Amino acid sequence: MVLELQKPRPIWQIMFSTHHTDVGLLYLITSLAFLFLGGSLALAIRAELFLPGAQIIGDAMTFNRIFTVHGTTLIFLFILPFASSVGNYFVPIMIRYKDMAYPKLNAIAFWMIPPAGALIWLGFADFTWYATPPYSIISAPGPAADMWIFGLKILGISSVLGAINFIVTILKCKHPDMSIGQVPLLAWSFLSSSLIILVAIPTFAAALLMLLTDRLGVSGFFNPAMGGDPIAYAHLFWFTFHPEVYVLVIPAIGMMYEIIPRFSRKPIYSYNSGVFAFVLLSIVGFSSWAHHMYATGMSFTEKTVFMVGTLAAVPASAMHVFNFIATMWNGRIKFSTPMMWAVGGIALFFSAGAGGVANAAMPLDFTTHDTYWVVGHFHLFVMGTIAFGSIGFLYYMFPYVTGRMYNEKMGKIHFVMSFVGTVLVFFTQHVLGLYGMPRRVFDYPPIPEWIAMNQIATVGAMIIGVSMVIFLANMIYSSGKGKLANTEDPFGVGGKYYYPFEAKNPHHD
Amino acid sequence: MSGHSNWPEWIYIGVVVALMVWVGAEAWEAERLVEHVPEGAETIVVTGQQWFWTFEHEDGTKEIGELHVEVGKAYKFEIVSKDVNHSFNIHDYVVLMDAIPGRVNTVWFAPTEVGQHDIQCREYCGLIHYNMRGTLYVEAPSS
Ligand code: HEM
Ligand SMILES: [Cu+2]
Ligand SMILES: [Cu+2]
Repeated sequence: MVLELQKPRPIWQIMFSTHHTDVGLLYLITSLAFLFLGGSLALAIRAELFLPGAQIIGDAMTFNRIFTVHGTTLIFLFILPFASSVGNYFVPIMIRYKDMAYPKLNAIAFWMIPPAGALIWLGFADFTWYATPPYSIISAPGPAADMWIFGLKILGISSVLGAINFIVTILKCKHPDMSIGQVPLLAWSFLSSSLIILVAIPTFAAALLMLLTDRLGVSGFFNPAMGGDPIAYAHLFWFTFHPEVYVLVIPAIGMMYEIIPRFSRKPIYSYNSGVFAFVLLSIVGFSSWAHHMYATGMSFTEKTVFMVGTLAAVPASAMHVFNFIATMWNGRIKFSTPMMWAVGGIALFFSAGAGGVANAAMPLDFTTHDTYWVVGHFHLFVMGTIAFGSIGFLYYMFPYVTGRMYNEKMGKIHFVMSFVGTVLVFFTQHVLGLYGMPRRVFDYPPIPEWIAMNQIATVGAMIIGVSMVIFLANMIYSSGKGKLANTEDPFGVGGKYYYPFEAKNPHHD
Repeated sequence: MSGHSNWPEWIYIGVVVALMVWVGAEAWEAERLVEHVPEGAETIVVTGQQWFWTFEHEDGTKEIGELHVEVGKAYKFEIVSKDVNHSFNIHDYVVLMDAIPGRVNTVWFAPTEVGQHDIQCREYCGLIHYNMRGTLYVEAPSS
């Protein structure tokens, strides 16, 4: 696949290809485009909140639309397609098969994403990524809201098709000599996250249709004025989206399982414990969804059940952290750029989990719920863990994709700035939440602590913004002009790589 | 796998599990106490609507955007909504409960000191959600 840039092919040949490395490349470019688009919206939000009063975004409606599209974009159009890119490049090679099980389905799943992205961006809805009724039924302006609903519908179908493909590829197409217990952990991560998708997504898919017919006025599932119940939506939504957070994080952990042993020059401490933790998380992850709903008036018993379910999932996440540290222990670690991102991501993963435990403990959640604490909590996952794992992995696969090396110094500067920025933004947001600032607010009263914390967060965001420009420059420049990679061992750490280079693209012979 | 023993991992898992059990038990105990509404708490009906709060006391008096209560008494809020979801919040007293159309949610508190505190909405409810604010006045007992 590599060497697109060295042996140029007409672009339509890549676009109409069904080969897994070509589809991987399409996913990669799409996801990065949306990373930058969604990231720019984040900078606009942070700039607006630098001071009380209207700053750069003139009005509350625009602000509300911006944070809605920001969240939707980065979760569904950056994190998920990026994971699919990595899965496309690596899963077939890791299980030693010539392609994905269903190549055409694979291409179709990808091609559903651009129209869905267009619907979301052209609509620019304002009802948050969570589209809660009755607001989303009686108050949210259309056609933006309807376009968002259709966009998510399409993305859900794309996810399910992708998941089926990964499951069949791994279980049915793996080399006959390979037992399931030899499938590398990165491929295992796709198997577990795909299984979660199959179980979790249909629920929200149904809720979306019900939301749409409610908006059209032909049903009243979630509309109290027609005898419906908005809390039913919350259950359906979180039954999908709590497990979905593991769909987002598990592939990123899988990427770290590829990077950490490689750069520690040691085998993984415990393969079995990694597999066990993936499988455990995929199951226990379904027992905690209503921890998002403590303040909706649930009974004491319900709250207790979901708190226990949430705490029960923590050991599975903690096992990964142990496995990573034990692998690095006594290793001859080489801190190349991918390793720095992976290690930074693990540190932030740990902090994020600790904050999550506080949310789960029910009386504490009444302090944190729907404040900036929660924003800080999940961003330590989505940015600190998932984006860090993904970006580290992007540097790791850069020589495989382009045949060239990125600029190591710029990669490290990118990491250091992003790490500092992430700590400044999201640790500070936890504190801001403790001071009581609600999330999803366009403006806030001039409380001195709130102003100070918001300013630190904005500065942190700008540092991340600058580092992303460095990143983009590095990627663009190095794909064309970077020095040629040693394709046997681009990072000089020895050992056997999984090498997309080996993937025989029918278009290069 | 290869040649190392796994006891450090088992100890680690044991510690994590023990911590979770401890957190869960403490949280359960605390929440049980917090949820118990004291006898004789005065009822205040709190109505959320886009984008302000209305308070109705037991004696029928109504206030908009302001809530006056007395030190030393316990109050039970009955929280309702006229349109979309809101969340009634007095952060300083850790009072937080969603206002959901079609439901009555309850939460209670007992102010301990004379003073003023912010009331806000903590669930996204549209255009002016950011300014769906009010003030709680805790006053000395009248008699
Ligand atoms: C140790 C594991 C975790 C625990 C104990 C945990 C716990 C929680 C709890 C209790 C909440 C509800 C907070 C509230 O709204 O009051 C929450 C919110 C959230 N968590 Fe986690 N979490 C964990 C892992 C994750 C992971 C891995 C992700 C993402 C990849 C994630 C993403 C989110 C998101 C997006 C929200 C907020 C959703 C929203 O209201 O918009 N969490 N978490
Ligand atoms: Cu959750
Ligand atoms: Cu509100």
